[in-house]
Amino acid sequence: MAQIIVVTSGKGGVGKTTSSAAIATGLALKGKKTVVIDFDIGLRNLDLIMGCERRVVYDFVNVINGEANLNQAMIKDKRCENLFILPASQTRDKDALTKEGVGKVLDDLAKDFDYIVCDSPAGIEQGAMMALYFADIAIVTTNPEVSSVRDSDRILGMLQSRSRRAEQNLEPIKEYLLLTRYSPNRVKTGEMLSVEDVKEILAIQLLGVIPESQAVLKASNSGVPVIIDQESDAGLAYSDTVARLLGEDVPLRFVTEEKKGFLKRIFGS
Amino acid sequence: MIKQNLELKATSFTLSVLYINNSNLDSVANELDKKLAQAPQFFIGAPLVLNLSALNECNVDLVALKSLLVERQLIIVGVTEASANLATQAKELGLAVMKSGKQAKAPTIVPRTTKIVKQNVRSGQQIYAKESDLIVFGAVGNGAEVIADGSIHVYGALRGKAMAGAAGDNNSVIIASSLEAELVSIAGQYWTADSLQQHCHAQRGCVRLEGETLTVELLPQ
Ligand SMILES: Nc1ncnc2c1ncn2[C@@H]1O[C@H](COP(=O)(O)OP(=O)(O)OP(=O)(O)O)[C@@H](O)[C@H]1O
Ligand SMILES: [Mg+2]
Repeated sequence: MAQIIVVTSGKGGVGKTTSSAAIATGLALKGKKTVVIDFDIGLRNLDLIMGCERRVVYDFVNVINGEANLNQAMIKDKRCENLFILPASQTRDKDALTKEGVGKVLDDLAKDFDYIVCDSPAGIEQGAMMALYFADIAIVTTNPEVSSVRDSDRILGMLQSRSRRAEQNLEPIKEYLLLTRYSPNRVKTGEMLSVEDVKEILAIQLLGVIPESQAVLKASNSGVPVIIDQESDAGLAYSDTVARLLGEDVPLRFVTEEKKGFLKRIFGS
Repeated sequence: MIKQNLELKATSFTLSVLYINNSNLDSVANELDKKLAQAPQFFIGAPLVLNLSALNECNVDLVALKSLLVERQLIIVGVTEASANLATQAKELGLAVMKSGKQAKAPTIVPRTTKIVKQNVRSGQQIYAKESDLIVFGAVGNGAEVIADGSIHVYGALRGKAMAGAAGDNNSVIIASSLEAELVSIAGQYWTADSLQQHCHAQRGCVRLEGETLTVELLPQ
């Protein structure tokens, strides 16, 4: 039985799709059979970031409506043996995602896969609710600023009250914090909240900190998940994140300011 | 089982109270006639209680007062707030001496139990502890709301809204490990975040009512 992971946030543009692509790829690279599903109906871009937009024939909504089967709709990743993408529809409206329809697709996938990664749309509407409803694990993606933290708190409330596990009184969803677009310099100047601040407010386990990085934009422009770029700080930070998700104990990186030069350290700045 | 001949049950009724503010019975009669002319259906046949608080110092003839009222088809069931002298007279006339709601003040609802929440209260969530105290083992986030008819204790940061004594209990308090609330309110008296910040900065403290105004008492960390 697959573990269902939702990558969610409440607030838009914080890095959910970037993280879904990176984490799904990372899990596949670790040998886990993984499928990543785009729940952002009408605004699909997971397929762009995964670099498979030209191979989309059928989508998630086609499968729900019985117009295509899973094997027709899933796209096999070119780089990774164990990785599949289930793209979103660009044309249909969000109400196509019903609890029954989504539940059935996830049930079918769960038989074959180790991990199902659900890339949630922003907000707390139907699409976001469906993405989190069946989750076993939630990766609450948060930027180090007040409004993002507040929306994450709101989503945590939803996970605890509106999910399948909550409604059926099962063991609660495992909640993880993923802090993205982190910039130690801007934390120091007080423009951004620190890792500690966010951890204190949200009070959930920290899964990883992804630095603000040029590599992310470069990667998504070329349709390669940033985790593939093992030269980049963001790529390495996502690798660490995946390792922690699989239970490894890996120290945090890229959370302090870049080291000053030797002379600056002696003489101050 | 044999049915009892008598049964005693407590039931409450709403009674109109007529305030007699003048010991001059002629003026009373005059004014009463005017009132009766305006709204007879309001008085006639309805049980009335006389409030005699204004007559405590005077010697009024209760027999004359009663017959004046009875003549006008008013039904007098008792008197209230009467001086000892007037109360004795009333008893002799077969009238009940009654304590008004104000004198026999019903106790405000005191919380009977405690509601415990063992996790953070997240933004958008609302918790109401009806007729009880509320204890939260965790933080109350911005945009979350905790309400109790009794007191509220937060073992964590209080960043959202907290309303204690929601049913009017002035003795309720709000205690938090860190008072950073968007709003605190006790029995309807409230402070917004700005007012709260003039009294404390994210410190451990207890908010309570002193008379009509809120105060914060800082507690040892
Ligand atoms: N660590 C990072 N460093 C720099 N830029 C980043 C980082 N993470 C994400 N971004 C940029 O932020 C933007 C939004 O990212 P992304 O699309 O992943 O967010 P999202 O949460 O999925 O957005 P939406 O809510 O619209 O679905 C993109 O332009 C992406 O390149
Ligand atoms: Mg997205």
